[in-house]
Amino acid sequence: MGRKLLLEHVNVPGIETYEVYRKNGGYRSVEKALKTMSPQNVVEEVQASGLRGRGGAGFPTGMKWSFLAKPEGVPRYLLCNADESEPGTFKDRYLMEKLPHLLVEGMIVSSYALGANQSYIYIRGEYMFVLEIVEKAIAEAYANGWLGKNIMGSGYDLDLAICPGGGAYICGEETALIESLEGKRGNPRIKPPFPAVKGLWGCPTVVNNVESIAAVVPIVNDGGAEYAKIGIGKSTGTKLISASGNLVKPGVYEIDLGLSVEEFIYSDEWCGGIANGKKIKACVPGGSSVPILPANLICKTAEGTDRLMTYESLAEGGFASGSMLGSGGFIVFDEDQCIVRNTWNFARFYAHESCGQCSPCREGTGWMEKVLRRLEYGQGNLRDIDLLEEINKKIEGNTICPLGDAAAWPVAAAIRHFREEFEWHVTNPDEAQKRNFGIASNHMPLV
Amino acid sequence: MNTGVKTYDENEKPQFSETTMAEVKRVIGLFPEGKQKSALIRILHIAEEEFGGWLSVPTMNYVAEILNIQPIEVYEVATFYTMFNIDKPGKVVLEVCRTGPCMLVGSDNIIEHIENKLNVKVGETTADGMFTLKTAECLGACGYGPMLQCGKTYHEHLTTEKVDELLDTLRKEHSTSSNS
Ligand SMILES: Cc1cc2nc3c(=O)[nH]c(=O)nc-3n(C[C@H](O)[C@H](O)[C@H](O)COP(=O)(O)O)c2cc1C
Ligand code: SF4
Ligand code: FES
Repeated sequence: MGRKLLLEHVNVPGIETYEVYRKNGGYRSVEKALKTMSPQNVVEEVQASGLRGRGGAGFPTGMKWSFLAKPEGVPRYLLCNADESEPGTFKDRYLMEKLPHLLVEGMIVSSYALGANQSYIYIRGEYMFVLEIVEKAIAEAYANGWLGKNIMGSGYDLDLAICPGGGAYICGEETALIESLEGKRGNPRIKPPFPAVKGLWGCPTVVNNVESIAAVVPIVNDGGAEYAKIGIGKSTGTKLISASGNLVKPGVYEIDLGLSVEEFIYSDEWCGGIANGKKIKACVPGGSSVPILPANLICKTAEGTDRLMTYESLAEGGFASGSMLGSGGFIVFDEDQCIVRNTWNFARFYAHESCGQCSPCREGTGWMEKVLRRLEYGQGNLRDIDLLEEINKKIEGNTICPLGDAAAWPVAAAIRHFREEFEWHVTNPDEAQKRNFGIASNHMPLV
Repeated sequence: MNTGVKTYDENEKPQFSETTMAEVKRVIGLFPEGKQKSALIRILHIAEEEFGGWLSVPTMNYVAEILNIQPIEVYEVATFYTMFNIDKPGKVVLEVCRTGPCMLVGSDNIIEHIENKLNVKVGETTADGMFTLKTAECLGACGYGPMLQCGKTYHEHLTTEKVDELLDTLRKEHSTSSNS
């Protein structure tokens, strides 16, 4: 365990500069691809690798690439999604801050594979300091002939630029990202047409997460088959996990997919266990949009098998007893945390971030926030819990983009697993108004 | 979402400095002919930095002129994205992350501490016009919380002592600089 494909050189001093990055094997994949492979060969290696999109949905990257429309005489675009706004997720920032050239290198190889001559990295506006680091790396890549006209005499031209957003979670959704990149409000588009057919400025476009694009570098260097050897089943390769919450060592870790959840949380090599000698109460393993797991379903599935860090294992049990790997935003709650407060907090996030285009999402997220707020502050009644479930059903599946679902599902999961805690807030209003719940959910064993 | 456009000062005539204008032109050049509107968000960030941390109506009109688009296209964008200030803030804007992972490690206490220390509520500016306190949604520093953003800088692993120190430093830095 513990192979590093992306973060291998992360601690090398000066690795953010071109010279050091190059000395450590940087830009080899560009040499290899442009000199010895056709664009189609690169796509095939990515297909063989089994790489799945690291932005959250886990859609196979090679397959997505193969869907790109290629009408004659129309430019194609590759857009890198560096919007990273899903609560609990901070891995893309880490990668870009520490290894900006890895992203630039990945962008070049991936753009070559897709036949794009102009590519953009869209980064959230708050990461302006990271934008400056990546922009410097792009300038260095131009200066050393890895970008621009006729790269390495191959006849392939590529221009690359990085553009900031302005603070809007919704711009992580790929069609909202495209709108934003066109200089507009980040309102998601109705699909179809999909970006692969009509994306940026009406042209065929691929949108990929930072980590997905970085992973193309080792895939091209070592071959897709070699990459696919890591992991289990359809969860191949390594994954960056952003670990936060009440852990001894929160931070960004590169794990082999297939590591056990228990080892990830408790081993000293990774998160080192729960902070302050406390016990674990719950975990949101894949960013705020995925269902919360109570203590007894974190390290084990409902069947009693070990829960692994893979797309499949984390989802085992479906919505009844499972969750999702999502973006890898692994949030851990200790025994003192209040599930109602956190559910309200996340609901407030979605209400704040709804773009407002569809009524079920715009109104529904607002209502959920209000109802949860009154429950958290001991002003709710028992019917409110059912009301939340009703609002949920009205949002689910009735919106233009998945933000509506992303807002609804975590609330449903919290109620499913912690209904007694919601009820407790109604029956103990005075206690509930105090900030910390303090009492571990009494029907669940702590681990 | 921001609430709307409020302030209008007819006498204000914004003008980028020469170096800033060169940067603005470079940014526009990152996009193909005729797609200059794509540079809008970046230019609004630049404009905020140049013109006192906010976007007045004359500033937005000026940006529209540079990009050869309608002013309404600029207002639409400036009011959609939370980072843009439509009202004039204090000299120093503090944005404390209030989202789940930061809350788990104590952001509520940090927000309360700053409120008490500066005698303002979230969303308000101190009487001397020095600090504006805001909250923000997850800023991508969840493993290093509690945290706050001030300008382009992230301050992480906050404690109340660190906040006190930071406020002192910021006050010193900005009490000498003029408020443009
Ligand atoms: C509301 C919403 C927010 C999203 N935010 C992000 C994000 O910040 N970063 C990201 O890579 N993908 C995000 N996505 C997923 C993207 O739409 C898209 O699927 C992804 O960028 C594709 O890249 P991948 O295939 O490499 O994962 C978001 C999706 C939704 C619905
Ligand atoms: S679901 Fe919400 S965020 Fe998505 S388009 Fe509709 S209103 Fe906007
Ligand atoms: S929750 Fe505060 S930075 Fe992510």
